[in-house]
Amino acid sequence: MSRDQILEVDRLTMRFGGIVAVQDLSFAAERKKITALIGPNGAGKTTVFNCITGFYKPSGGAIRLSHDDGKVIALERLNDFRIAKQAKVARTFQNIRLFPGMTALENLMVAQHNALMRASGFTLLGLIGAPVYRDAEKRAIDLATDWLKRVNLLDRADDAAGNFAYGDQRRLEIARAMCTEPALLCLDEPAAGLNARESAALSELLLSIRNELGTSILLIEHDMSVVMEISDHIVVMDHGVKIAEGSPREVRDDPKVIAAYLGTDEEEAVAVMESGS
Amino acid sequence: MKASTSKQQSAPSALNPGFILKKAVISAAVALVLFSLMVGLRTEAGPSGQLIYWTRFGDLATMVAGVFLGSIAMELLRHWWGPVGTDRFVPPVVRSGIAVAGRLVAPVLLVFTLLVPVIFYNQRYILDLGILVLTYVMLGWGLNVVVGLAGLLDLGYVAFYAVGAYSYALLATNFDLSFWVCLPLAGILAALWGVLLGFPVLRLRGDYLAIVTLAFGEIIRLVIINWQSLTGGPNGVSGIPRPTLFGIPLTADEDGLAAKLGIEYSPTHRIVFLFYLILALALLTNWVTIRLRRLPIGRAWEALREDEVACRALGINTTTTKLTAFATGAMFGGFAGAFFATRQGFISPESFTFQESALVLAIVVLGGMGSQLGVALSALAMIGGFELFRSLEGYRMLVFGMAMVLIMIWRPRGLIGHRAPTVYLTKAHAISSDLVKEGHG
Repeated sequence: MSRDQILEVDRLTMRFGGIVAVQDLSFAAERKKITALIGPNGAGKTTVFNCITGFYKPSGGAIRLSHDDGKVIALERLNDFRIAKQAKVARTFQNIRLFPGMTALENLMVAQHNALMRASGFTLLGLIGAPVYRDAEKRAIDLATDWLKRVNLLDRADDAAGNFAYGDQRRLEIARAMCTEPALLCLDEPAAGLNARESAALSELLLSIRNELGTSILLIEHDMSVVMEISDHIVVMDHGVKIAEGSPREVRDDPKVIAAYLGTDEEEAVAVMESGS
Repeated sequence: MKASTSKQQSAPSALNPGFILKKAVISAAVALVLFSLMVGLRTEAGPSGQLIYWTRFGDLATMVAGVFLGSIAMELLRHWWGPVGTDRFVPPVVRSGIAVAGRLVAPVLLVFTLLVPVIFYNQRYILDLGILVLTYVMLGWGLNVVVGLAGLLDLGYVAFYAVGAYSYALLATNFDLSFWVCLPLAGILAALWGVLLGFPVLRLRGDYLAIVTLAFGEIIRLVIINWQSLTGGPNGVSGIPRPTLFGIPLTADEDGLAAKLGIEYSPTHRIVFLFYLILALALLTNWVTIRLRRLPIGRAWEALREDEVACRALGINTTTTKLTAFATGAMFGGFAGAFFATRQGFISPESFTFQESALVLAIVVLGGMGSQLGVALSALAMIGGFELFRSLEGYRMLVFGMAMVLIMIWRPRGLIGHRAPTVYLTKAHAISSDLVKEGHG
């Protein structure tokens, strides 16, 4: 695993009974880059995501994550919450999973649970109101405020997340994932259901996360305008296997990708791919 | 069933006598079928064991006619009023008044509770009732951590109450430990049992969790009944020491509190002491819960209730989070149990039946899950209100059940349905109960 790769997926296989959802998939995501995973519906993209983020245990293969300090973690051996806690992989969901009855600020505070737990001396220091904890809480609120500012939701900090418009919920979910201060941010169709203006704002947000904070991003997306604009590297899947990978330009011109996307009707495929460029 | 459609049809359109008549006839027919056996026919066992019966067709006719006319009257009212909103009945001035009063309820209630022993010093019955209500307030607040905050449906809460009560009773009678030493021990033991219960049920959700906790409550009770050598079985434990004021007993003896203070001894002293003791314990529960809600652990409980998958994606250990909720709730149950044992002086398995669990759960649900004030108000209504209906004798349970059904229809999310945020930047807005999840185990 080379030093500038943050994530290496090595011959990942995932079976559900007799169905092979992902077969021998290998790819790598580079550090401080945006890697996109695309493919038609049912290609197995979300399954790959669930394997990386620990929601599924892979049937075979390895997933390695390397931190900036050179520490390599085998993700397939960690289970659910430890991947977020120790490996620092954060994710969002295709069907937004905010805490609807909690305010935007509370959502972002929950994301900082582990840091705050330590600061509160696993509740005991917090219960007696120790200054150590109060400082930590203030810092956590500052971080949350900062993220609310970035996603342009600061004026709605004290409103219940369930009341937010769809696009705002998407941005809040990204902010919540970023509040865990992840090494790798996994986004499952962040632009789904957004209008053109919101998609453009999303692209800008993701670029700023990469450029200003240096967080590596792995993203599943159907919206080609977003994918082609911001991705540094694209992996294309179909029927559980990788059919192509490369820069946006290379992928766009690949006949196999075009065929996978729209059957064999290449003209339409070219039209779709070019609409994104 | 019919009501919702008729409301939409009849409200805006002209009066439709045919429809109203048809609905009234159907309602009367249903009433006739229901009441013909329940009211129309009365059966009893005769003196020599034979069945005797007589008819009450007059009563039956009155009831059916009442349903028929009532149905017509309802439809007419619905027609004149149109769709009914609360603002129709409650003018805005009154509503803003209620809002102001709502903010004052908690402090007024607290001050009143503090003054109860002063006001009702000579009314033993009221003091005893107050102690009972406060015990249930405390149990409600304890269960609220598990059910209201963490969203884990626990039908066996009485188990921890029993563990607390027996811990104190057995430690005090066998080892002569004082109440103040046993109280934390009872809490710790109950919390331990909370964790023991928590482990096997961590993977269960919703109905399955409820059933296992229900079984756990029964297991504890059956163990207490059958482990005769330790617990005395169905005979219970008697002669449980009364609490002391830091070592000074509240008795008529020479070293009792009354003698030391140089005042005349009265048995009410102990009742007042018990009243303030349970008040202090309940307020401790309340204070700790309010603090915990604002700490990461409390936020994690609520997040768990909202969405467990998202919690795991954020690196929250859902196992320990659930266990701490179980343990915290159980600990307060254990404190309440120890208090119960010292107040009664005698405990037996009969005090820890499923009915107690159901009652405490009803208090939490009726109060509004997660709301501290709501739980206190509903404990007052459920325990105190039940006493109010005592004069109704046989109909008490009926009236009480009807009241609960009505309250749950009007306020399906409990008396206090909204949620207060735990942290805010500019202003804490109450969050509507429509958004807050109930949790699913």
